[in-house]
Amino acid sequence: MNWSSASDFFAMGGYASYVWGAYAVTLACMAVEPVLVALRHRRARRALAEAPR
Amino acid sequence: MSRRSIPWFRFASPAAFYPLAGALVPWFSAVAAILAAVGLYLGLLRAPTDATQGDAYRIIFIHVPAAWMSMLLYLVMAFWAAIGWAFNARLASVVARAVAPTGAMFTFLALWTGALWGRPTWGAWWVWDARLTSELILLFLYCGFLALVSAIDDTRRADRAGALLAIVGSINVPIIYFSVIWWNTLHQGASVSVTSAPKMASVMLLAMLLMTLSFWAYAFAVVFVRARAIALERDNHAAWANDAVGAMPARQGATS
Repeated sequence: MNWSSASDFFAMGGYASYVWGAYAVTLACMAVEPVLVALRHRRARRALAEAPR
Repeated sequence: MSRRSIPWFRFASPAAFYPLAGALVPWFSAVAAILAAVGLYLGLLRAPTDATQGDAYRIIFIHVPAAWMSMLLYLVMAFWAAIGWAFNARLASVVARAVAPTGAMFTFLALWTGALWGRPTWGAWWVWDARLTSELILLFLYCGFLALVSAIDDTRRADRAGALLAIVGSINVPIIYFSVIWWNTLHQGASVSVTSAPKMASVMLLAMLLMTLSFWAYAFAVVFVRARAIALERDNHAAWANDAVGAMPARQGATS
C-alpha cells in the first residue's frame, strides 16, 4: 500500500484537484453512456412492439 | 459448396447479429468492471508515487487507455464504414455508426485528462503541440462523421458519405501515433512499445494495461448495445426485428 491514511490518499500528494478532476469526469462519462445506449435500445424495442399492424 | 463453406457472412445478417451481440454484452460489461476494479486498485493504491511528477502521474491510468481507445475506435469505425460501402453490407455501416459516439467520448476524455495532467507537469492546460493538435483534429473528425451521417436523410447515402469521411480521416491516426517521433513535441514519447522494454515500473505498467483492456471491453459492450438499437431502428418492418422483440409479425400487407 502506497498510502499511510485515507486523507493522504484523497490529497494525492497535493494534486487532488487534477487527479480527481480527471477521474471524476471519466467516471461520469463512462457511467452515463451505458445508460443512454440502454435507453435508446429500449426505445427502439418499444417503438417496434407498439407499432400498428 | 454451400455445405462446406465457412459461414463468413452469417453474422453480417442483423437476425444473427442481434441475439449474439445481446448475449455478449453482459460478459463484456463484467470483464470491464472486474478489470477496472483491479486496475484502479493497483494504479491508485499500490503503485508508488513517481519521483519527478509526484502523484499527478496517476492520471496515466485513464489518460493512456482513453487515448489508445480513441485511435483504435477510429480505425474500427473507418474499417466497418469501408466494408459497409464496398460490399453494401448494411450491418457493417450500422457498426461504424455505433462506434463513433464512443470513440468521440474517449477522444474527449484523452484531451480532458491530458489537460489536467499537463497543467501540473508542463504548467499549461493546452499547447499547440503536434500530439495534442492531431488528437483535437481526431475529435473534430468524429464530430464531423456524426454530423454528416445525421444530416443526410437517406440512410444508405448517409452511410456512404460517412464512410468517405472516415476513410480519408484515418490518415490522422498514424499522424497522432508518430507525432512524438516526427516532431519535437512537448508531449512525451511512448512509454510502452512492442519493440522495446517499457520505461515504467511493472506495477504501473500492469495497472495501465488492465485499464486499457477494461476500456476495450467497455467499448465492446456499449457499441454492441448501440448497434442493436440502430439495427432495430432501421429494420423496424423486418420479420427478424419483430421476432427479436417478441412482437407478432405484421399481418396486413405481408406478401411473403
